[in-house]
Amino acid sequence: MTLLAIRGLTVDFSGARPVRAVDGVDLDVAPRECLAIVGESGSGKSQLLLACVGLLAANGRADGSARFEGVELLGTGDRAAAVRGRGIGFVFQDASGSLTPHRRIGDQLAEVAQAAHGLDRLAARAEAVRLLEAVRLPEAARRLRQYPHELSGGMRQRVALALALAARPRLLFADEPTTALDVTVQAEILALLASLCREFGMALLLVTHDLGVVASLADRIAVMRGGRLLETTASPAFLAGPRDPYGASLLAAVPTLAGLR
Amino acid sequence: MSGGLWRDALRRLTGDRAGIAGLAILGLLALTALAGPMLIGWRQDEIDWAHMAAAPFTAPGHWLGTDRLGRDLLVRTLYGLRVSLAIALAATLVALVIGVGWGALAGYLRGRADALMMRFVDVLYALPQVFFVIILTVVFGRGPVAILVAIGAFGWLTMARIVRGQALALREREFIEAAVVGGAGTTAVVLRHIVPNLLGPVIVYATLTVPQVILVESFLSFLGIGIQEPLASLGNLIADGAAEMETAPWILAVPAGVLVLVVFAFNFLGDALRDALDPRDA
Amino acid sequence: MSLLELRGVTVRYRQPGAKARMLAAVDSVQLAVGEREMLGLVGESGCGKTTLGRAILGLVPLAAGEVRWRGQRIDDLGRRAFRPLRRELQCVFQDPHACFDPRMTVAESVAEPLRALERGLAAAARERRAIERLEEVGLGRELAERYPHQLSGGQLQRAGIARALVVDPAFVVCDEPVSALDVSVQGQIVELLERIRAGRGLASLFISHNLAVVARLCARVTVMYRGRIVEAGPRGQIVGQPLHPYTRELLDAVPGIDAGARARLLARAANARPARDTGAGADGCAYAARCPHALARCRAERPPLRPGPDGRQVACHRAEEWPGGLPPAPAV
Repeated sequence: MTLLAIRGLTVDFSGARPVRAVDGVDLDVAPRECLAIVGESGSGKSQLLLACVGLLAANGRADGSARFEGVELLGTGDRAAAVRGRGIGFVFQDASGSLTPHRRIGDQLAEVAQAAHGLDRLAARAEAVRLLEAVRLPEAARRLRQYPHELSGGMRQRVALALALAARPRLLFADEPTTALDVTVQAEILALLASLCREFGMALLLVTHDLGVVASLADRIAVMRGGRLLETTASPAFLAGPRDPYGASLLAAVPTLAGLR
Repeated sequence: MSGGLWRDALRRLTGDRAGIAGLAILGLLALTALAGPMLIGWRQDEIDWAHMAAAPFTAPGHWLGTDRLGRDLLVRTLYGLRVSLAIALAATLVALVIGVGWGALAGYLRGRADALMMRFVDVLYALPQVFFVIILTVVFGRGPVAILVAIGAFGWLTMARIVRGQALALREREFIEAAVVGGAGTTAVVLRHIVPNLLGPVIVYATLTVPQVILVESFLSFLGIGIQEPLASLGNLIADGAAEMETAPWILAVPAGVLVLVVFAFNFLGDALRDALDPRDA
Repeated sequence: MSLLELRGVTVRYRQPGAKARMLAAVDSVQLAVGEREMLGLVGESGCGKTTLGRAILGLVPLAAGEVRWRGQRIDDLGRRAFRPLRRELQCVFQDPHACFDPRMTVAESVAEPLRALERGLAAAARERRAIERLEEVGLGRELAERYPHQLSGGQLQRAGIARALVVDPAFVVCDEPVSALDVSVQGQIVELLERIRAGRGLASLFISHNLAVVARLCARVTVMYRGRIVEAGPRGQIVGQPLHPYTRELLDAVPGIDAGARARLLARAANARPARDTGAGADGCAYAARCPHALARCRAERPPLRPGPDGRQVACHRAEEWPGGLPPAPAV
């Protein structure tokens, strides 16, 4: 059964200059699959994700259909409902999108764990420690008492991941999760994502402008441009030779060390 | 500083009804204050022996009545408006120039210079303004000069504080560093980059300062410290009116009404300017 | 003779917090850039590379050491005395949208350095020069009259390069010029920089956290970690036979799009070490806390930057133990 089925998704923004950010996209995500959407800034890839979980800006409107495990996500009128109850986790580019700056990390994690599984305080705290260990943050017990600003960018992103995992989602949305991070930290976070997806049996829908990021992670690669989906190909086939010249240009743009040794 | 961004702001401003209303009222009042007395014909100190303390619309030629001494109330109010507005605008201009210069420099320089400059502001803040005004009236004699100096001497303080805060935030932005790498000295950075980028809040604050100054001047004139007879200002007109409140209430109502109208208009305009200038930039 | 030379440069800052200590953002750095050369400087966030760039430009004071430009010391000049040098030493900044004054048009911003540094020019002449430079970087006249927020990141960064070039400098510090841009645009900007460098014979320091980008552009590469230089040498050696474990880590972190990339990712996931905290010791090697080859000696004694075999420099006690360079993880 397809985990997420998107049909004819269109996102329009009203205002002084109306913009169609996403133009009739069809997409499927299978359980435990990693699908990467690649495109430049303005291609609509982020808006696609936000539309599915009801986080579009006030002047945005989504049409079409996005069914998660058979349940329609669009047009329910309840913002972020998909994230809260229906098994979709979300990781933003900047961890501050997920973390409240004035609350301790342990409290934030425990709150989500409680809401998701109805745990009591003690059990929630234990769960928080487990989550931090799952994202390989050392000294988990100490971290619980820290505030987000006390951690480095990479660590905050791990905590954001832990938060997203707390509700045991079946599908994880990640919007440019490593773009703001150094190359070394990025590599670790990607490896972490790969192992977490396997461990928790999650599917991953990853959005990025950097093909290098997804080449090692994705099962399938989808290319977006100007709101349209250009191609969706299995990763090995794509890396060997994309069908679309635009996809080929994205691939060629990735800085590699090939030929420099 | 080029036109494009100001044109945008102007467009937003013209869309704001309250702001346009405020602007229109002020324009009308200013026009009336300038041209009105000539059209009406009475001089402001001209005594009409036949119609003393006449109610509005009762005496011929006196639209809004006369005061206790038979002087036309409308003309005196318009002259009073002239004086009040002139002092308010002049004092605000002084406060603007000194306050922006002081605050922008302090915020940009930081460190000891900033500390010294702002301690000076703090000290002045602590002085009681009314005492200072009284001392100034002794020195300069009663009249508009004393008022102008007094208000100007204190009016720039809050502006300096606001501007300094803005400048502190601005100096950390990368384009300031880029300007320094491009060879700009302190003066150039402050004048070309810091001041233009904080003009938004400054303009808004200035339009909200003008009514405050009018009120202060009115208060001082009411107390008998500011503008003196036979010169009219909204303040001493209100003082006169207060004395006659029970028998001839219009003598109070007319200047007070005009004062209220002016203050409202400036506040509406200030609000509209803030919306037009502030958030969408940068 | 080198155009730009740094010897023992140290920059300190006060660590914020209750127990304010002076920490070294840059610690005894030495490097040299010759005529027409582009030197690459690589390291992660917080390693001091940006501070180093700012020290070269006279924007932060040195705690120790000296910076020499054409043989003369420039680190002890006051603000005003430094100004004539700005004609020769320019900078391209990281975030184009942040480094342009939002209230000035692009053309005005590009022309601005001419106001202070070439006073003889009239306004019309300044504008002409600015337009010329903008065309040189591939931006047309219509874009020049727009405001920064109306241009894309790539376009604005081109304008940033034009602004750095408008005074015809001899040396340009490029501080992460492509890190804030989409990958697809990065290549264009990198090509542009290379074209300009070759065409004008500029010397430059290219700072980045991505070794692949640096290696593409720079014949010599210097690797920094926590304020110190850990390895420096020709690109082929650094990339092909890295001697310092941190260089190895940087190389392994470059995302690969070849067939083996997936396997490497999974291996990295399997062998993952827990995320490390900050907290470097003052003595000892700064990298010891996260080095898979660290010995007790590494934690106690700071390795000096010394010449290694084959002409490069490396700061590692164990550099001699792997003559062909460190092999990629996880085979280690």
